[in-house]
Amino acid sequence: MDESIKLTEPVSVRDHVEGPADAPLTLVEYGDYQCPFCGAAYPVIKRLQKKLGKKLRFVFRNFPVTQAHPYALIAAETAEAAALQGKFWEMHDLLYEEQTHLKPDIILVWVKRIGLDLEKFANDIKQSAVTNRIKEDRQSGIRSGVNGTPTFYINETRYNGPPDYQSLLETLESELVQDVPYRH
Amino acid sequence: MTSKLKKYVTTGRVKEMGSTIENNKVNPITALQPGIRAPDFSLSATPDQKISLSEFRGQPVVLVFYPADWSPVCSDQLTLYNELKPEFSELKAQVIGISVDGVWCHLAFSKDRKLQIPLLADFEPKGAVARKYGVYREKDGESERALFVIDEAGIIRWSYVSPVGINPGADGILKALESMTES
Repeated sequence: MDESIKLTEPVSVRDHVEGPADAPLTLVEYGDYQCPFCGAAYPVIKRLQKKLGKKLRFVFRNFPVTQAHPYALIAAETAEAAALQGKFWEMHDLLYEEQTHLKPDIILVWVKRIGLDLEKFANDIKQSAVTNRIKEDRQSGIRSGVNGTPTFYINETRYNGPPDYQSLLETLESELVQDVPYRH
Repeated sequence: MTSKLKKYVTTGRVKEMGSTIENNKVNPITALQPGIRAPDFSLSATPDQKISLSEFRGQPVVLVFYPADWSPVCSDQLTLYNELKPEFSELKAQVIGISVDGVWCHLAFSKDRKLQIPLLADFEPKGAVARKYGVYREKDGESERALFVIDEAGIIRWSYVSPVGINPGADGILKALESMTES
């Protein structure tokens, strides 16, 4: 039996979260915006969110594999700068939906598309708040045993199964079976 | 390959059951354990260049045995370690990949994935170095997915064999390297 690998940095107020704070299931993804496997995971997560509703809390953290994906970092910075204007999820979703078109030239088009203040965006994207955020995610990912992108954690335990909808759903639902009273 | 973990509460104890890991023929006992001197070897890194473990005496070495080049993921184990070059450099560690693939395969793979980690061909005799380290899968003709952290004096300080379908990540390696710098 493989020992379970745990998230070293629990979900907290610093995180980008979709879903209720008290949801019984938390799915954390360490992702790269240029990685096609993360691109494939995006609709899977949407389906899981639709299926599980209030039972699921989804968290996204950055793990840009910059050597393999030259635009991963600029995409991550874009999403984090959008976050500073309260539009993280809009930008995150747009980046994945339009992943095949991702390149530096397109960024400002997308910034305008989701209605961000261009000047503030241009300023924010250079701030250490953005770059440090990505570095912190990368560090917590490394320490937590991120082994590729996407790497998922279900209730703080690294998920090692295949990233398809059925496998993820089954594992998530199996976590709901556990009853709490006699937990050691 | 799937690893499904189901936890059920029975009689006041959390009981893990139903975990089935296919192909988990991990035999960590055969892999060389900490405290043993890492066997030296000399393998081709490129068609005209050989690399020996003893060349790196004086700095920590991370040996990454892996089954084969061209695994169908963009952020596989080697790509990950390549990405973490800054972290390994800070710890003065040299990361080396070893599989039974030949040098031309390594060259093409390395170029495709933009790897800066030397990849060594444990090609002839096939798997000889993997065997020395106790991590050769005879049935498959490939090495295990195994990690060895070797110190400056050439002694193994940490080793880990991962189930073949699971990429072990870097946290174990970094912890081992860091504990070496502390002591």
